[in-house]
Amino acid sequence: MFNKIMVPVDLAHIEVIEPSLKVSADMARHYQAEVCYVGVTATTPGSVARTPEEYAQKLEAFAQQRGQVHGQPVSSKMICRVDPVADLVDTLVKAIDEVEADLVVMPTHAHRHLDIVMPANGSQVASRTSASVFLVRPDANE
Amino acid sequence: MAKSTNDDKPQEPQQGSEGIPAPEGPANLIDTDYVIGQDNIKASPLGVDVDLHSTVFMVSSVVILLFVILTLAMQAQMEPIFDAMFSFLTTKLTWVFLLGANVFVILALVLIFTPMGKVRIGGAHATPDFSYAGWFAMLFAAGMGIGLMFYGVSEPLGHYGTALGGVSLGEDGLRTDWSPLGGAGGDQAGAVALSMAATIFHWGLHPWGAYAIVGLSLAIFAYNKGLPLTMRSIFYPVLGERIWGWPGHLIDILAVFATLFGLATSLGLGATQASAGLNYLFGIPDSNVTLVLLILGITVVALGSIMLGVDKGVQRLSQLNMGLALLLLLFVIAVGPTLMIATGVFENLLGYVKNLPALSMPFGREDANFSQGWTAFYWAWWIAWSPFVGMFIARVSRGRTVREFLIAVLVVPTLASVVWMTAFGTTAIDQVINQGITEVQDAALELQLFTMLEHLPLTTITSFVGIVLVIVFFITSSDSGSLVIDSITAGGKVDAPKPQRVFWALIEGAIAIALLLGGGLGALQTAALTTGLPFTLVLLVGCYAIVKGLMSEPKAK
Repeated sequence: MFNKIMVPVDLAHIEVIEPSLKVSADMARHYQAEVCYVGVTATTPGSVARTPEEYAQKLEAFAQQRGQVHGQPVSSKMICRVDPVADLVDTLVKAIDEVEADLVVMPTHAHRHLDIVMPANGSQVASRTSASVFLVRPDANE
Repeated sequence: MAKSTNDDKPQEPQQGSEGIPAPEGPANLIDTDYVIGQDNIKASPLGVDVDLHSTVFMVSSVVILLFVILTLAMQAQMEPIFDAMFSFLTTKLTWVFLLGANVFVILALVLIFTPMGKVRIGGAHATPDFSYAGWFAMLFAAGMGIGLMFYGVSEPLGHYGTALGGVSLGEDGLRTDWSPLGGAGGDQAGAVALSMAATIFHWGLHPWGAYAIVGLSLAIFAYNKGLPLTMRSIFYPVLGERIWGWPGHLIDILAVFATLFGLATSLGLGATQASAGLNYLFGIPDSNVTLVLLILGITVVALGSIMLGVDKGVQRLSQLNMGLALLLLLFVIAVGPTLMIATGVFENLLGYVKNLPALSMPFGREDANFSQGWTAFYWAWWIAWSPFVGMFIARVSRGRTVREFLIAVLVVPTLASVVWMTAFGTTAIDQVINQGITEVQDAALELQLFTMLEHLPLTTITSFVGIVLVIVFFITSSDSGSLVIDSITAGGKVDAPKPQRVFWALIEGAIAIALLLGGGLGALQTAALTTGLPFTLVLLVGCYAIVKGLMSEPKAK
C-alpha cells in the first residue's frame, strides 16, 4: 500500500519523536516500505551540528541506525534553511514530492489553545499534501 | 539491507576541527567543546515552548524592565543623567567615534582588494541563500531606510542654511555656527556643494563601514568557524573559550539592550513623526489614540512578517519597500530639476570624495558644533545600531565571497545614498534658491519631506506613498530586529520556538507605547545611543577578528 515513508526528524529532540519513530518502523515492516528520514536545519551553527555537512552526516548515521532496528531500506535527506522554524511546513511539503513519499509519519504535540493562532505543523502539512499523513502524539507510548 | 542517500552534495574530504566535517567546501572551523545551546533552559510555561540562554535572557529582561520603570517613574531625574552622559561622549570623545569609524571604512575598503576578498562565507562551495535583489533589499531596509525618509530633505537643507551663513565666532573665540568645515559664507554654489558633501558623508561609507565590520566578522565566525551567531563570537580570537562565560554574556546583553531600546524608541518617535505627517496631509487628529493605533498597526504587521520568517516575511516586505522607494525616487528625479540632479550626482560624488579627508578628520577640528553635534551623534547612532543590522546582514549573507559582501554592504549602499540624497536634497534646495519657496525650510523637521512633495505634481499620491514608506521602513527594521534579539537571547540559535520572537516584537511595541504615554522616549533613546561607545571598542576588536579569521581561511578558487 505504501512504498516510501517519509519521517521528519528533529535530531535535537529525539525523545519527543520516539513514538513516531516506532510507528514508522512498524509500518515500514508491515508494508515492506523504504523509510526516508528528513531533517530540516538552520544554515547557522546549531546545537546538533556546527555545519550543514556535519548535520547531514549525523542524519545519515541516524538513518542507518534506525535501519538496523527495523531492517527496511533507509535513506536520509538534509534540508538547509535560513529560517527553519518559519519555513518548516513549506519545506516538508516540498520534500514529500522530492523524495516521492506516499506516507508521512510525523510527531505532533497534543492539542492546545495556542493552536488557534499558531496551528501545529503536522496539521498544516496534512492539509497541503496529497500523501497520507499519520500524526503521532507524544504520549502515544503510554 | 540497501543503503541509499538523497544527499545531493557528496561529502568533502576535508575535515575542519577534529571529527567535525568542514562547512560546504574547505573552511577552517574553530575547535571548541562548547555546544550551542548548552547554557539554554528549555521549558513550556503555560503550554508555550521556550528555549533561551538562561543568563543573557534573564539579565537583559531585568535590565530592560528596570530601565523602563526608572525612566517612567523618575523621568525628570533620569533624563538629565542620560543627556549628560551622551553629551560627554559626543563632545569629549568625538575623536574616538571619528577615528574608530575611519578604521572600519579603511579596513573594509582594503579588504576588497586583498586576496582575502576571495574567501567565501560558509565555505568555498557554499551557495547564496538569497538572490541579489532580495539580499540587497534586506540589507538596505534594515540598515537605514527610515532615516533617508526624514533626512533626505531636511539634512541637505539644514547644512545649506548653516554653510551659507558662514563662520561666526562667539565672545570666547569659539565658533557658534553649525556649518560644516569652514562653511561657505555668502557663496551659494559653494554652500550647496558643501551641504551635499556633508550629508552624503553622514549616509555614505562610514555607517555602512560599521555595519560591514559587524556583519563580516559575525558571518565569518558563524559560517566558517562554526561559532554561534551572537555578538560574543567576534571576541573568540581575543578571549578564546572565555567568551562562553561572563565577558560573552556582557557583550550579548549590551547588544540586546542597544537593539531593543534603539528599536522601541525609534518606533515611538517614528510614530510621532508619522502621525504628524498624517495630520498634516489628511487632518487626522495628532492624538495619543492615533499614536497608539499606529504603533499597534506597525507591531501587528511586523508580527506577521516574523511569523512568515526571513524568506517569505522580511525579504518580501523589504522588496516591496525597495520598489516603493525606487518609484518615489524616480518620480522626484523626473518631475524635479532632472538635469540638476543628473549632473549633481557626479558633482556630489566628487565633492564627497574631495571633502572626505577633512570631514572625517578626528583631531584639530574647528567646526566643533558640526563635528560633535552632527557627525559624532550620527556615528554613535550607527554604531549603536550596528549589532542589530550587522547580525541580520550576517545571517542572510552565507554563500557570498568577502569581496562581494563588502561591495554590496559598503559601496552599493553608499552610491544609493548619493543618488537619494542628491535627488531629494537638490530638489529641495532648488525650490529654495530658484523658485523662492521658503516653506520647506520653515517647516518642522519631520514635515519637510511632505512640504517639498507639496510643490511637486500629484502631491496626494506621493505624500501617501511617503507615509506608507515611513511605516513600512519601520516594520522592516522592527521584524529583523526582533529576530536578532531572539537569536541573541537564545544563545545564537535561530531555530528557537516561534513564540519567543513574537514575545520580543510585542515587548518592543509595549515599551514604545508605555514611554509614549508616560514620557521618556527621548531619554531612553539617548541611553541606547550611549552604547555607541562600548560598541566602538567591540567593533575595533571585530576588525582584528576579521583579519585574524580571514588569514586562516583557505582561499576560494
